[in-house]
Amino acid sequence: MMDDDFIPVRLSVNGVPHRLFVEPRRTLLDMLREDLELTGTNAGCEHGSCGACTVLLDGQSVRACLLLAVQANGHEVMTVEGLARHGRMHPLQEAFWEKQALQCGFCTPGMLMTAYELLQQNPDPGEEEIRSALSGNLCRCTGYQHIVEAIRLAAQRLREEAEAATPSETTA
Amino acid sequence: MKPARFRYFAPHTIAEATQLLDEQGEEARLLAGGQSLLPLLNLRLARPSALIDLNEIQSLAFIHPQNGGLVLGALTRDATLERDPLVAARQPLLAEAAHYVGHPAIRHRSTLGGSLAHADPAAELPAVMLALEATFTLQSSNGNRTIAAAAFFTGPFQTALQHGEVLTEIHLPGLPPRSGSAFLEFARREGDYALAGVAAVISLAEDGTIAQARLALCSVDPTPLRAAAAETVLRGRHPDNVAWQAAAEAVVSDLKEPPSDIHGSADYRRHLAGVLTRRALALAAQRAERSHS
Repeated sequence: MMDDDFIPVRLSVNGVPHRLFVEPRRTLLDMLREDLELTGTNAGCEHGSCGACTVLLDGQSVRACLLLAVQANGHEVMTVEGLARHGRMHPLQEAFWEKQALQCGFCTPGMLMTAYELLQQNPDPGEEEIRSALSGNLCRCTGYQHIVEAIRLAAQRLREEAEAATPSETTA
Repeated sequence: MKPARFRYFAPHTIAEATQLLDEQGEEARLLAGGQSLLPLLNLRLARPSALIDLNEIQSLAFIHPQNGGLVLGALTRDATLERDPLVAARQPLLAEAAHYVGHPAIRHRSTLGGSLAHADPAAELPAVMLALEATFTLQSSNGNRTIAAAAFFTGPFQTALQHGEVLTEIHLPGLPPRSGSAFLEFARREGDYALAGVAAVISLAEDGTIAQARLALCSVDPTPLRAAAAETVLRGRHPDNVAWQAAAEAVVSDLKEPPSDIHGSADYRRHLAGVLTRRALALAAQRAERSHS
């Protein structure tokens, strides 16, 4: 194999299949931003400290800067662009907007993806659990208070949605 | 902030990986979870000529029972260690310590073998290996060898791994009955590397005294540190605060020169080592007593 060989990668991003050729040194982060033009995922520290590039790989949060694009071959990636449903913001996004859980917005995509994973695992997290889940995502503007509040609000709305969808079980 | 060029290989078997190591020479690096190596690549602090990615080798990711203990594949991820019921039942110390490694998004990728081979003196799992008296299987194209954890960590970020060798298996012997363990650390922020961490295992005798104590620390020495003097102090004693205090004093007086940096002075780390030793021993003993009731 030559140094500058490009390697074929097939993966699904937000449910859309992609096939492309990348240099082995390309990170998943750069592939998403530069090759697939999905610039919602932000490049922050690029060494795993800040969490701005958090995406889901097969449903699990990962740092996109700490994965090679070729390692995503055959896997499913979900980015912040995959949160909106049927043209409507995800309840997490709506809650961040309402609660003013962002100022400059740079950390927001990573915060949203981390919060999304948390609420998948724990639909009713307490403040301590939220803060613990967010410990790997740095925000330099907000002091986190509004982010925590937004996640609690979104969790509540998602629980109400789930209850409305299954009335017979919840009233039993 | 982009890696320099490298050749990339993703072998499917250990034999292919060792062959690639031979062929690619000493500038080649193995890639496991990548949570320490990728930052080094992105910052160009490491510029390997070739990366041999182990993530496609399915036979490196497993957890099996073995003679009352466990054998784990080197590619077992920290998130798996945290949640695996067999680990929780047989070596809860490993699950407890794995939880302290980075953040969830890191632990979904980071691996046991990667942490051991990287040998960061601040890392939790190397210290746990000392406390559990682990042995490692190292495989090369010339065959296998086995090495005790105590002989494996030779310096900061340095191990007994020779070029051409892959760390493939981690063997953890079972604990005696009436054993308990605990891992405690102190970090300025959740997920940061600890300023000091302590892994403790206590095994009680029939009469309730301490039959054996095992104690290892991270982040206070150039390598993970087994606190042999403190272990000797504890043998045969009653598991009480007087014993924990004596052990903590032995730990602190045995420390050479803990690192001193922006995160904490050497004196502060010494202090933490003592406090965490007392607390970890007390918790381990409490769990040992509970395991018998």
